[in-house]
Amino acid sequence: MRDGIKAGLPIAAASFVLAISFGVLAQPVMGTVAPIVMSAVVFAGSAQFAALAVLSAGGGAGAAILAGILLNARYIPMGVALAPSLRGGPVRRAAVGQTMIDASWAMSIREGGLFDPDYMIGATFPNYFTWVGGTAVGVFAGDLIGDPEALGLDALFPAFFLALLVTELGRSRRAVIAAALGAAIALAISPFTAPGVPVIAACFAALIALWPDRARVQEPA
Amino acid sequence: MSDTWTTIIVLTFATAAIRAVGPVLVGARQLPDPVVRVITLLAPALLAALIAVGTFTDPDGDLVLDARAAGLAAAGGVLVWRQNAMLGAALAAALVAALVRAIT
Repeated sequence: MRDGIKAGLPIAAASFVLAISFGVLAQPVMGTVAPIVMSAVVFAGSAQFAALAVLSAGGGAGAAILAGILLNARYIPMGVALAPSLRGGPVRRAAVGQTMIDASWAMSIREGGLFDPDYMIGATFPNYFTWVGGTAVGVFAGDLIGDPEALGLDALFPAFFLALLVTELGRSRRAVIAAALGAAIALAISPFTAPGVPVIAACFAALIALWPDRARVQEPA
Repeated sequence: MSDTWTTIIVLTFATAAIRAVGPVLVGARQLPDPVVRVITLLAPALLAALIAVGTFTDPDGDLVLDARAAGLAAAGGVLVWRQNAMLGAALAAALVAALVRAIT
């Protein structure tokens, strides 16, 4: 778990910055207390931004909730992938599932489709505090901070995900194909679908794993 | 109740349920080999999609090419140089994106 915490620190730093921009953007729409509470109890960056975008545009709670759920739906396949690596009863398994965030989930992948759950919990741990703390900073100090985009902060997370992707691409040639296909699917449908849907649809790229392996087929029975 | 608080309360329970559903329903049983192989490819597909959407789309979902693409290219350059330079890649991405925004 200690290794996970260490590995989670750079991500936590980036989360802090992202959380500040969430706080800055949320304060005029949601008030002072609600954004901080939301970060503490929902703890899902992309879903929070999506729900905020709907509320900012004057949308109702139903549309905001739906947007948040769509962005979180990727945690369903991610949780299925994680499940065989978890021990204990349903309550404990559900509790570990709560520590799933994109970066620490990807960092805790080990060989053979298995995960290191302690490592994931560790990597998420510092994130929780910087996410909630950063939201508070953004809410209270928004005027002093200025425009997060001018500082290029919206480019931080794609860069982190790219670093995690590079590790995955080294595992097999199929990983490269799945990545290319996933990105292509997401971009192709993005203009026509609600936020969140492109990333869920990209999960289907993983089905190329079922394509018969030529080498294996040629092996004598 | 206001839309804001309704959203927060419902999303809290929905998010917790979504994160719990896989670990609880699938349980500890070992998944069949083809499922394991699909799961192994889930990470690259998902990460690539998050990168693509986070870099090349605007809030309406339309495709755009802006400073974020330059930032991503800078991150890629750093990672080609050193595969483990995660923080360096992120800082390079932010710096280059900020520079491109400053001069355009």
